[in-house]
Amino acid sequence: MARASRLVRFRRGITLPILLLVAWEVSSRTGLVDARFLPSLEDVVATAKRELIDNDLVGELGFSLMRNIAGFLIGCVLGVAFASLLALSQLVDRLIMPTFNGLKQISLLAWIPLISVWFGFGEQAKIVFVALAAFIPIVLNTYDGMREAPAELLEVARALRFNARQKALRIYIPAAMPSIATGVHLGLIYAWLATVGAEYFLAVGPGIGGLVIAGRERFDMAMVMVGVLILGVVGFTLNRLAYGLEAYLLRWRPKQTT
Amino acid sequence: MSAVVETTGRAGLPLSPARLQRVAVLVTGLIFPLGLFGLWWVASARGWLPEQILPPPAYVYQTGRDMILSGELLYHTGVSLGRVVIGFATGAGLGLLLGIAMGLSETVEDYVKPLFLAFAQIPTLGWIPLLMLLVGIEETLKIIIIAKGAIVPMTMNTLAGIRDVSPKYLEVGRALRFSRWQTLRLIVLPAAVPSIFTGIRYGLTHSWTSLVGVELLASSEGLGYLLVWGRQMFWLDTVIVAMIAIGLVGFVMDKGLNRTELLIQRWKRQEL
Repeated sequence: MARASRLVRFRRGITLPILLLVAWEVSSRTGLVDARFLPSLEDVVATAKRELIDNDLVGELGFSLMRNIAGFLIGCVLGVAFASLLALSQLVDRLIMPTFNGLKQISLLAWIPLISVWFGFGEQAKIVFVALAAFIPIVLNTYDGMREAPAELLEVARALRFNARQKALRIYIPAAMPSIATGVHLGLIYAWLATVGAEYFLAVGPGIGGLVIAGRERFDMAMVMVGVLILGVVGFTLNRLAYGLEAYLLRWRPKQTT
Repeated sequence: MSAVVETTGRAGLPLSPARLQRVAVLVTGLIFPLGLFGLWWVASARGWLPEQILPPPAYVYQTGRDMILSGELLYHTGVSLGRVVIGFATGAGLGLLLGIAMGLSETVEDYVKPLFLAFAQIPTLGWIPLLMLLVGIEETLKIIIIAKGAIVPMTMNTLAGIRDVSPKYLEVGRALRFSRWQTLRLIVLPAAVPSIFTGIRYGLTHSWTSLVGVELLASSEGLGYLLVWGRQMFWLDTVIVAMIAIGLVGFVMDKGLNRTELLIQRWKRQEL
């Protein structure tokens, strides 16, 4: 059973999307569906153009991305540092890990009301929430990776009388690098989800999420579609970037099949 | 050596070294939350922070007790759970079918997967405003969003599970002249069970997160609604009680699935 050729697979892959677009165009042209629910393709393109050129869509997107990246970086640094602390000291591990495991059961979005009381609706609250979203997967993965640091290396560290900083920088972090990369990747995905969530729920200030919410309130379906499409494209791009970064960071590792 | 000690411990002495250590670990784990709790208690007793920002623990406890006794908490939890059950069952069922269809036929995969992946790129939360315009803010919206949370991990894991079936098993099937149906029922599906279960776990977690999201944005009952309502009224005690309930339900669901997974895969360990 030979795999179909690339060309055939490409043709098959674009069949459904094209059919969907045709069905969309036909139903909106013939007025089969209410234009408020399904604006015509032209309408969506026109809205996208209007937002891009007149309404500074790129600027709004920039705000969202800044928030996303700021929160993500804070979550990353704190996450790796926190996990290193847990790995270095069994006492700290036993003191804090049970509490962390308990708190992480609370679904991420459920933190939003509490965060909004403590930090308001502004930039600060959003960044705190995004950082929290990135923090959790990074801690969990880094922690797992560090626990699996090879015992021989730890033995060497003991023989060389490494201090805590040396142990962290020379043994734990390098040994956990693949897991950290996985955590960072997940953290990037969660951070974007959290950015969207923060902008939906704390809908104050510029940002792509606020635009979508505003579009919904005005019953502007074309606007909502443009916004949702951008959310998807950004998510996809971030995911690709994370793959690239992961491959780059782990380029020293022999190729594995896992 | 520790085994001997353990036996004497079981026979009479309640505190063998092994048990002592376990108790020590437990106690150490309690110090930090108790410390936090103490800080919380002192901070609110001394009025370091206004009550609207940090309600006293006794107040949260009181609210929690009242909400349990009046059945309010149970009611909202029930509403949320009901939504998750229906939404998850729909999403997981569809995901399973889609995963099996794509797993069995590369043609179907070629046709469906690119579009499916494109839709999957948009975060579940992203769909909420769009669907609000299409289907309103009633139950249908919640069910669709929860189902969307489950369908992506379910489809991808089922597909991977079916693709990874060892060729050796398939060869045995061919040698025994199994029909397509027999191959599917006796070889492919059992071999894909572990992977499908991973899909169920991720799916349920995603469904639960999506539920909280959709209830925060549009709902008049359920745990997410309690959060929004408490927030609007500045009743942080209600918010905290709802957060604890959300955490507990998530925890119980995860543990339950873990147990079920072990139970279903008993044969796997016996095989080893």
